[in-house]
Amino acid sequence: MIEESIIKKHTVLSEHAAELLQSRQSSTVKPGLSLSQYLYKIGSGFYSLLKGMKLTGSYFVNPGKIVTQPYPENRETLKMFPRFRGRVIMVHDEDGEHSCTACGLCEKACPNGTISVHATRNIAGRKVLGRYVYRLNQCTQCNLCIEVCPFDAIRMGHDFELAAYDRDSLIFILNNKEGRG
Amino acid sequence: MNDIAFPTTNAIGDLVRANFPASSAYIINGILGIAAVLITVALIPVFLVWMERKVAAHFQARLGPMRVGFHGTLQSVADGLKLLFKEVLKPAGADSFGFFLAPILPATASFLVMTIIPFDHHLQVTDLNGGVIYVIAISGLSVFGILLAGWSSNNKYSLLGAMRSGAQLISYEISLAIIMLLIVLVSGTASLREIVLSQQGTVLDWWIFKLPGLGLVAFIMYLISSTAELNRGPFDISEAESELTGGFTTEYSGISFSMFFLAEFVNMFVAGTLTTTFFLGGFLAPQIGLGTVDLLFDAVPGFVWFFLKTCFIIFLFMWFRWSFPRLRVDQLMELEWKVLLPINIIVLVLGAIFVAQGWILP
Amino acid sequence: MEINHLQAPPGFTDTAAAEATTEEYYLNMGPQHPGTHGVLRLVLRLDGENVQEVVPHLGYVHRAIEKMAENQTYLQNIHLTDRLDYLSSFMNNLGLCMAIEKGLGIGVPERGEYIRVMLCELQRIQSHLLWWGVLGMDMGAVTAFLYGFKEREMITDIFEEVCGNRLTMNFFRPGGSSADVPDTFLPRVATVIERLKRALDEYQTLLTDNIIFQERTRGIGVLSREKALSYGCTGPVLRGSGVQYDGRKNNPYSIYERFDFEVPVGQGGDSFDRYLVRMEEMAQSIKIVQQAMETFPTGPYRSKEFSKYRIPTGSYFSQVETARGLLGIYMVADGTAKPYRLKYRSPSFSNLSAINEMAVGYKIADLITIISTLDLVIPDIDR
Repeated sequence: MIEESIIKKHTVLSEHAAELLQSRQSSTVKPGLSLSQYLYKIGSGFYSLLKGMKLTGSYFVNPGKIVTQPYPENRETLKMFPRFRGRVIMVHDEDGEHSCTACGLCEKACPNGTISVHATRNIAGRKVLGRYVYRLNQCTQCNLCIEVCPFDAIRMGHDFELAAYDRDSLIFILNNKEGRG
Repeated sequence: MNDIAFPTTNAIGDLVRANFPASSAYIINGILGIAAVLITVALIPVFLVWMERKVAAHFQARLGPMRVGFHGTLQSVADGLKLLFKEVLKPAGADSFGFFLAPILPATASFLVMTIIPFDHHLQVTDLNGGVIYVIAISGLSVFGILLAGWSSNNKYSLLGAMRSGAQLISYEISLAIIMLLIVLVSGTASLREIVLSQQGTVLDWWIFKLPGLGLVAFIMYLISSTAELNRGPFDISEAESELTGGFTTEYSGISFSMFFLAEFVNMFVAGTLTTTFFLGGFLAPQIGLGTVDLLFDAVPGFVWFFLKTCFIIFLFMWFRWSFPRLRVDQLMELEWKVLLPINIIVLVLGAIFVAQGWILP
Repeated sequence: MEINHLQAPPGFTDTAAAEATTEEYYLNMGPQHPGTHGVLRLVLRLDGENVQEVVPHLGYVHRAIEKMAENQTYLQNIHLTDRLDYLSSFMNNLGLCMAIEKGLGIGVPERGEYIRVMLCELQRIQSHLLWWGVLGMDMGAVTAFLYGFKEREMITDIFEEVCGNRLTMNFFRPGGSSADVPDTFLPRVATVIERLKRALDEYQTLLTDNIIFQERTRGIGVLSREKALSYGCTGPVLRGSGVQYDGRKNNPYSIYERFDFEVPVGQGGDSFDRYLVRMEEMAQSIKIVQQAMETFPTGPYRSKEFSKYRIPTGSYFSQVETARGLLGIYMVADGTAKPYRLKYRSPSFSNLSAINEMAVGYKIADLITIISTLDLVIPDIDR
């Protein structure tokens, strides 16, 4: 509940509105303008319109102010920021090895069931990563899986053209080639 | 006042008349005239839509269409083709006859006005003695189309848009007619061609400058009224997409919609040509009193000047549209009845005094 | 099927329009309508163009975020708050983080607080820029829309560089933020602030001073002080009606009491007052960001990292002043890693409830302006 002491009249931003409220409550008839007021209103109104036209005109004659870029044409020069969250990728070194230990922390951290880590055992009997399933169609790019990973095995890729015609094509196996971004 | 230095008839028309018997020449000339108007009407929106999009883009710090053709020049052709192939839908409760008749009326009205526009000395389908009255009469026709569209669509948004538009067009026609009357008064003729010829001489002989001060006021009033008459921003209350989702065009699609769209742009062109005719010397080259420059300007064909001037006026219309917020329906009426109409009547009376006193620049 | 057009749809108080001299009719505005900013549905009773009654219908984007919250851990819940009021995602994150911090009894390091305040204030500007542009577009000035987005894009770029996303940030964490700001952050903010100061003048020329704009907003949609309070309106809507209440001033959180800024207040509560309040708020936010830039400290950005938060049993409340008003977060914890109940008090919901009060007696075009000056975000209403 807002206290009464807080409710107080404050600095005047616009003087007109209080009387407007009163005039609305008392009657709907607007007070008439005198001839000089009428002429002043036309003149000042016209001037304000010209000022607006001058502003838009300055944009028209100044192509340097154009901010948009034609998108597919500038693909080569388009660089994402380092922290950009495109989709989750798995970091692979030169030998094609990743550092995921299938601990499953990312799977637990994910709010949407986007990640499924299927562990398997290698010949030596150690637990290793079998399939790392990442469902982009459920992902909200919240970054929680990346933050929780103790080995920096996964990170956010910079690929942003992620649309697809088929939902199934949005399911990636990250420890495959497609997971490298 | 108007010593006619040019033949009053049309060059092509003369050629046909010279080579064919009178009865068939009449028909051939008619067909040629219709063909010419149709071609102009088909080509002008293609250019104007592109221009509108480019101008709007540059006002808004954008690039606009850049893909189809050089700087998107063929974009509107592509859009037009797309519209042609789209399905024409009719709402379940709509009245078929009215619904499909409505888009034709505004388009017809704008076609008809094109017939008396003097594009050049010899480029005019026909020159009527009462051209100005013809313009006023025909442009009133488009109101019916819009009202019919709103009524037959069986949609409350369409109906609201149509009602707004009806009130708006009828009101602003009065202002428009008064300014036309002023031009008729000062030039002493109601024929569009002769109104142009009454402005021969230097730039100062154009009606915008020839009546000191008054011409400029009349020009601005005419521009404002024309913008309102065109249903364009800031007076686009009949379409008002953020309020009425599209106004009277809400239920239209495909070719029916493109007829409204076409009429809108042809109307804009017609308004530009009329403004040029009345105030900016029509097809006359601007003469500024410098011998060589004048000769150079004179060498450029008249219709080029005509199109340049018209484009300038259209650019102004676009500038208005992309700078201002929209007026509310009652404010629109207030502007017409409380501001524009009184000013226009005063301007008309002053015009009469100017003529009587001879306060017209030589 | 015969439809009785005079039969009132559900929700209308006055069904019989017996006194009316002309026939009244009902108009369904939305959920798909360009003027209602998303999937808000209003049913209007109209007399010609004049609005007689407005009944909002909600629920088109209800995603049960409060119910979902009970099945998500505290950390996972932060990313759901992005989706309440998507234009104030930093501030929503902050609200939940503060509630969790109260529960855990942890503080935030100095640099962490500065990062929070700066990002929140930048986002307030960003949100108001979008509102300004959309207000212009609702009134037919499409150019204003693009000018607003032009400057907004610069701020969005900062956010993208800082946290990787442009809209749904999920950046703040209990005890600070998920990452430190990059080195380029401060210079970038400085350039944006410089640009914004000039841009505010442009906005003044393009809309504020414009005679058509003033005619369209002055005296339109008047909401009196008493009504604004009784409907529970907050944020610029409440301040536009003349109540000087700002969560940052009256109930300071984070480090807002260290900064010197004014709380702009309108007098009459019309659309123009709400407009001016938001325009002035942008200038005040710029002031806060500038002060924060001068004293931006070094040091850690996050106090402690927990892998799992177990909040002691109890109820915790925090509130933040988002770009739309007060967001209240009431959290009941039962000692597990997930909240027992999480209740959001969203500002847009209360602000919308006053729409009938504001719109009756004005025209359809004014209703669009009023919706726009309420600055509604529909997912915030439905949650």
